[in-house]
Amino acid sequence: MNITFDELEKGQSIGERRVEVSRADLVRYAGASGDFNPIHWNQDFAQGVGLPNVIAHGMFTMGAAVALVTEWAGDPGAVVDYQTRFSKPVVVPNAFEDRVVPSTALTASGVIGVVDPEARTVRVDLTVTAPDLSEPDTDPATAKELKVLVKAQAVVKFPH
Amino acid sequence: MAISADVVGRTYPSIPPYLVGREKIREFASAVHATDAAHHDVAAARAAGYADLVAPPTFAIIVSQRADAALVNDPEAGIDFSRVVHADQRFTHHRPVVAGDELTAAVTVDNVRPLGSGAMVTSRVEITTVAGEKVATTVSSLLVRGEDQ
Repeated sequence: MNITFDELEKGQSIGERRVEVSRADLVRYAGASGDFNPIHWNQDFAQGVGLPNVIAHGMFTMGAAVALVTEWAGDPGAVVDYQTRFSKPVVVPNAFEDRVVPSTALTASGVIGVVDPEARTVRVDLTVTAPDLSEPDTDPATAKELKVLVKAQAVVKFPH
Repeated sequence: MAISADVVGRTYPSIPPYLVGREKIREFASAVHATDAAHHDVAAARAAGYADLVAPPTFAIIVSQRADAALVNDPEAGIDFSRVVHADQRFTHHRPVVAGDELTAAVTVDNVRPLGSGAMVTSRVEITTVAGEKVATTVSSLLVRGEDQ
């Protein structure tokens, strides 16, 4: 692992990670996960069921956010528990130049919420946001950042 | 159609064995932008003490959602998948998933809570190896929107 358990304290930051997201990411995640719900890749279908646009898989967001924790820890097998609530959809508008390009971005940051010296675990509390692109033609650079995950908590176990 | 509370407590049949492949781990890790060498490089994973490539923490969703299908497709449960919103998700790993694992899983319905004209359905999937070793427990809640929601 990259870090020493005994040096960790509640309130410490584990850093931040920004992931640019395109429609191609959602197609790739659909194939990788087996979740082919068309709300994640077909705009007509998504809008037909009352969504503002194509939205990312909640599990894509959850998976991309925890990579901040696994890369900080230096051991992806050390995450023994990970949970979240999905509070807002991540809208992914169409963006095409000479190829599909990112149209939004996730920002994940993490802070140590609990240190348990007996179990040698820390709980990392994640804040994950994306711009509110629910209105058409919103500029992601100036859009309001929404919390798309809440109570996103990853427990990392350190060796004894 | 209302969601039936009769399915609470029911455990559906286990899925056929799911063999965790190296290329699937690499593909899934790339899809969630996870670059740790232990997902991609067998030598690095072995140097870190694992038998083979290590799956990302949310990889188990592939197996969980296969198990969930038995519930979602059960006409008696009455879930209209086009009206489902993923409300929350939890993974508890008893040990990391690694390439070469042969897994099976079964879903149990823990709770059905009416919510307006819809319902919140909470289910749990126990993932084990085909030999019976506990690997992971996943818990998810699906919000099934009612006709006017």
